Amino acid sequence: MSAASPVLLEARGVGKRFGGVQALKDVSLTIRRQEIYGLIGPNGAGKTTFFNVLTGLYQRDSGDVLFDEQALDLASPYRVAEAGIARTFQNIRLFGSMTALENVMVGRHVRTHAGVIGAILRTGRQRAEEAAIKRRAEELLHYVGIAHRAGDLARHLSYGDQRRLEIARALATEPKLLALDEPAAGMNATETAGLRQLIEGLRADGLTVLLIEHDVKLVMGLCDRVAVLDYGQKIAEDVPAVVQKDPKVIEAYLGGGVGE
Amino acid sequence: MDIFLQQIINGLTTGSVYAIVALGYTMVYGVIQLINFAHGEVVMIGAMVAFTVIMAIVGAGAPLPPIVIVLAGVLAAIPVCMTVGFLLERVAYRPLRHAPRLAPLITAIGMSIILQQLALLIWGRDPRAFPQIMENTSFSLGGAAISSVQIAIILMSIALMAVLTWFVYRTKFGIAMRATAENVSVAGLMGIDANRVIAGTFIIAAGLAAVAGVMYGTYYGIAHYTMGFILGLKAFSAAVLGGIGNLAGAMLGGILLGLVEALGTGYISEFTDLCKWPVVGAEGMLMERCAADGHVVLFGSNYQDVFAFLVLIMVLVFRPSGLLGERVSERA
Repeated sequence: MSAASPVLLEARGVGKRFGGVQALKDVSLTIRRQEIYGLIGPNGAGKTTFFNVLTGLYQRDSGDVLFDEQALDLASPYRVAEAGIARTFQNIRLFGSMTALENVMVGRHVRTHAGVIGAILRTGRQRAEEAAIKRRAEELLHYVGIAHRAGDLARHLSYGDQRRLEIARALATEPKLLALDEPAAGMNATETAGLRQLIEGLRADGLTVLLIEHDVKLVMGLCDRVAVLDYGQKIAEDVPAVVQKDPKVIEAYLGGGVGE
Repeated sequence: MDIFLQQIINGLTTGSVYAIVALGYTMVYGVIQLINFAHGEVVMIGAMVAFTVIMAIVGAGAPLPPIVIVLAGVLAAIPVCMTVGFLLERVAYRPLRHAPRLAPLITAIGMSIILQQLALLIWGRDPRAFPQIMENTSFSLGGAAISSVQIAIILMSIALMAVLTWFVYRTKFGIAMRATAENVSVAGLMGIDANRVIAGTFIIAAGLAAVAGVMYGTYYGIAHYTMGFILGLKAFSAAVLGGIGNLAGAMLGGILLGLVEALGTGYISEFTDLCKWPVVGAEGMLMERCAADGHVVLFGSNYQDVFAFLVLIMVLVFRPSGLLGERVSERA
């Protein structure tokens, strides 16, 4: 992606502390529109903490996030979803006792507005909206390739399908930025290849993707730019080819001394 | 008269009412893991408001068919109860959403007392009698009697349960409710405003409570400012019996509890009639009294209220997750 592409998200000096542990320290990064942006780092480097702060699940101690040229309200997940950021989870968090279709329908909430009174009174508007929600949810299941499992309970889906369902549910919120937390974790080679295709397709459809991933091959092959976190600090941010050769990154991954 | 069948019919009637009230406990527990002990008082307020409206219409001498008068009472009670339910959550529970779980629980008990005392101030301490406007026709059913009021209560409860099930499983708000019950923070990420879902849940539960209050009051013919207390505790027991947080469980638990209570009440005096049992060491004294009265009953039907709580204790001891409840570890 060209450097001229406009900025979608800019994090400035984001910090988060848990008791004595500085989980994130002064993290700043910039994600451009329609970019696939990778966030990597050793275990415990703060990647998921950054996701949790960015999606309003954790409250930050310092810093700001500009999203789509506006200050992002990080106070509640609901606001973040409304602003246009959706995510998946490292440990899949679907609504297990609801069907695949219902899981995606839940995601439509952020973009639809009829409330409880309408639901009780069954206004025409409410009925039309519910029909539209269902249609859109079916389309999304089809898009991620699990339309045939629509009526099955989420917890009965295979692991790979659950990952796809989580992406469909996130897409249902019509995000501008889709944040994927280790989407390839536990996938076999075929599933990973399918995931890669899916992510590239999302970008082609205009989405920006933020990706936390341990599969270095996937990250280097897929991402336009990569940031590396280590002990809560950003130690590198560049195109994959440059990051791969960065001595600080090599040291962080392999441990001090090995490279000497 | 067939006592068994009669008690089954009576049990189904009260059980349906318990089920509708139990649904309110279980729905609220489902979304915020709170036992709303003031729910029984919402039922009482429903009965009180409906009776007031019905009395006013009857007093004004309006020539309306009885069913229309009762319906007007119900329609007046529903919005009042919904408002009370909404205010309860907004004023008493929401500020304590992130407090330790004991705090909202004690607050719920406090709200129960406050609502009872408010009702005492508004409606006084004398029971209100339901005006005899309806002809309560009895039909004979295999040796037992079933009244038109009983039929109406059972049918109404089935209809309410069907509508609620459809609402929870088929509408957008119902889906949001279930998502919030499963995982509040993930539901938030999907754009579900937990506050709205929780407020909506209280409103729906209170609406059901209003109808239950009118049914209960109509069945027993009176409404009283303390009626919600025992009724609420019984419905809570029913919700625990079925598995708290589980809608089908609340319905099943309510019906079962009604049946246990009716059958227990129907047979307790027979089973505890000492004249039928050999009591070692007291034969002489008993024989005299049995000869004189025919019965020496240890526990009479005034022990009606113990059965619900016996059931509650047994469930808590032998199957704390209830009949249809998931194991607790799955929810955590």
